[in-house]
Amino acid sequence: MKRERNLQINAHGRLQHFLTIEGLPRELLIEILDRAEGFAGIGGRAVKKVPLLRGKTIVNLFFEPSTRTRTTFELAAKRLSADVLNLNIESSSAKKGETLLDTLRNLEAMHCDMFVVRHHLSGAAHFIARNVAPHISVINGGDGRHAHPTQAMLDAYTIRRHKRDFMRLKVAIVGDVLHSRVARSEIHALKTLGVPEVRVVGPRTLIPAGVEEMGVSVCHDIETGLKNVDVIVMLRLQTERMRGALLPSAAEYFRLYGLTPARLKLARSDAIVMHPGPINRGVEIDSQVADGGRSVILQQVSHGIAVRMAVMAMTAGSQAG
Amino acid sequence: MNLHIKNGRVVDPANGVDAVTDVYISEGRIAAVGRAPRGFRAAEIIDASKLIVTPGWVDLCARLREPGQDQKATIASETMAAAAGGVTTLCCPPDTRPVIDTPAVVELIHQRAARAGRARVVCLGALTQELKGEVLAGMHSLKRAGCVGVSNARASIVNTEVLRRALEYARTCDLTVFLHAEDAWLAGQGCMHEGPISTRLGLPGIPEAAETVAVARELLLIEDTGARTHFCRLSSARAAAQIAEARQHGLPVTADVSVQHLFYTDDEIAGFNSAYHVRPPFRSGRDRDGLRKALRQGLISAVCSDHEPQDQDAQRQPFAATEPGISALETWLPLMLRLVRDNLLDLPAAIATCTVNPARILTVPAGTLTPGVAADVCVFDPQETWVVGEDTLQSAGKNTPLLGKQVQGRVRMTLLGGQLVHRATIPSKRPPRRIRRS
Repeated sequence: MKRERNLQINAHGRLQHFLTIEGLPRELLIEILDRAEGFAGIGGRAVKKVPLLRGKTIVNLFFEPSTRTRTTFELAAKRLSADVLNLNIESSSAKKGETLLDTLRNLEAMHCDMFVVRHHLSGAAHFIARNVAPHISVINGGDGRHAHPTQAMLDAYTIRRHKRDFMRLKVAIVGDVLHSRVARSEIHALKTLGVPEVRVVGPRTLIPAGVEEMGVSVCHDIETGLKNVDVIVMLRLQTERMRGALLPSAAEYFRLYGLTPARLKLARSDAIVMHPGPINRGVEIDSQVADGGRSVILQQVSHGIAVRMAVMAMTAGSQAG
Repeated sequence: MNLHIKNGRVVDPANGVDAVTDVYISEGRIAAVGRAPRGFRAAEIIDASKLIVTPGWVDLCARLREPGQDQKATIASETMAAAAGGVTTLCCPPDTRPVIDTPAVVELIHQRAARAGRARVVCLGALTQELKGEVLAGMHSLKRAGCVGVSNARASIVNTEVLRRALEYARTCDLTVFLHAEDAWLAGQGCMHEGPISTRLGLPGIPEAAETVAVARELLLIEDTGARTHFCRLSSARAAAQIAEARQHGLPVTADVSVQHLFYTDDEIAGFNSAYHVRPPFRSGRDRDGLRKALRQGLISAVCSDHEPQDQDAQRQPFAATEPGISALETWLPLMLRLVRDNLLDLPAAIATCTVNPARILTVPAGTLTPGVAADVCVFDPQETWVVGEDTLQSAGKNTPLLGKQVQGRVRMTLLGGQLVHRATIPSKRPPRRIRRS
């Protein structure tokens, strides 16, 4: 199979863009985690800034609504002392008929250094990276169902904080894998970091064809899926999925796949519960679990800033070198 | 004017000819193959030594984009591309804008094609008005206007009752129905083959069942109605097997495949490469091999270019937003020769799938060098290599995965009714090698 290697990595082996985890070497992922570790303390200081990206202009280019991801990217950029521009394209040029390429050309003309892109079409970040001027770095903030690599890295970071050794872990990813870019990036990240067992758990309607070829096992029964796992990643269930032929109702989904305290007991006693947010209480996760001692959902959010700082610093750094 | 094409390897599958011999053309028609007719005096002699001489190729599907989308291409530009590709008869599907559902549109296309004068253009009329799958189109009027068959193009007829009546009515008019088998619900918003690669890329997939379910439904209705039917552009091995079985049961069905589907698989899309975005989608390696096997066994009897020129704006988008299609008229011949080099077909069999077989499906008097027929002839050099480039393609559409790549096999000249409509301008840079004889 042909993969995109060169597009993300420059001639010196450094990260030029951050579009997908797929095809990146393990050392690079470890480097992101280590850099993030270094940035983690900054949020606790009185002056929450380092001057790494002073004078750089970063554009948050969001073609799809987002609060959490956009905010943490913005905070990450500001803590690196960059200037940040937030563009919600959904409500501007695209509606007036401007093409994606024209939007890019205009932003390039304003001498921006980095685009953080979120788009509803899979492959949009690749398309943009292929078409921008060479001095610009592109970070994928989520494209269609394809990839959400910074989310996967912040999850890996959270796991490392709690578990240390990836090589001995069992991880279950539960829910709507079919539509989830988080799941795809998560699978690539965990496999690259050496996690020996990744299970995807969900009804047959929400597990995509041939997902086993990504190195995971498939489970349609949540009790079997959660048995003895160290980490549980719950995926968000979009309400619109319940209108079509994929699922009959939220209530039935919760009964079959909702993470309840009883089901959590099937996992290892020190298992952690993660969720990319925003959570649907009573649909994919019981409030007792979401707010309970094993949940690391809020830690994920704060780790998101450090991880995004690391990715921004590394891609911007590749331009300097 | 009398023409004498001398010393070429003449391959005319309809007449069982494969020999180094001569073709004689008189008054725009084939006068003889082999020995000169009595008293024949050539006004011009064409030396075809080391070249291959075949009937002009017959393309079951080439979109000319006119009327309605002349920002992409025109009848003039695409018939020029056809001539450059050795194609002398091409069939235009009804999905023009407006749709070919009235005689006026047929006449417009015929007139513009005649004015361009580079290739014969025949049309498929619409099966239903505006291809909406609701009301039958005026098939009889379309036939009188010259349509060689009827089709709903890629718009699937969702209402089974309408499909049944359309087949019955087409049979009443003695028209072949050209069907694209795709279940609209199963195809959904899909833009590539559903499988491990669509899963990895997060692109919505079109399952194999979208094709096989539609083929099954349509075969049952064909059995009921007895309508003569041609299945266009098969993409899966299972659909090819379904049609093979139907033929064994004596159903009046034929099928074709696009030449691209004999080479490419969904693997090519792995980097979101939209040059490989086509409908029906490229499927798995197993499917490609199944289609190749069906072609070799004659279960699929024709290959077409499925030419679909696009403008740049339609292509410069993220994958799912691009418009599908490949500009394929001019790379059809090199790809067919590659099938011969791959030992899938011998040369006469390969030529048959692109000349006499599609001509029979279209019921047009083309695709042969039988004395008396219009002298539509393709003369090509099987050895000559050339680089597919924006400057070497005559088509207005430069959307091909072969762009920038070297291919082998080049049309030297194309005759339409004895008139020269294309002659290769750049001579071969290499001295020609000896031709392999099969």
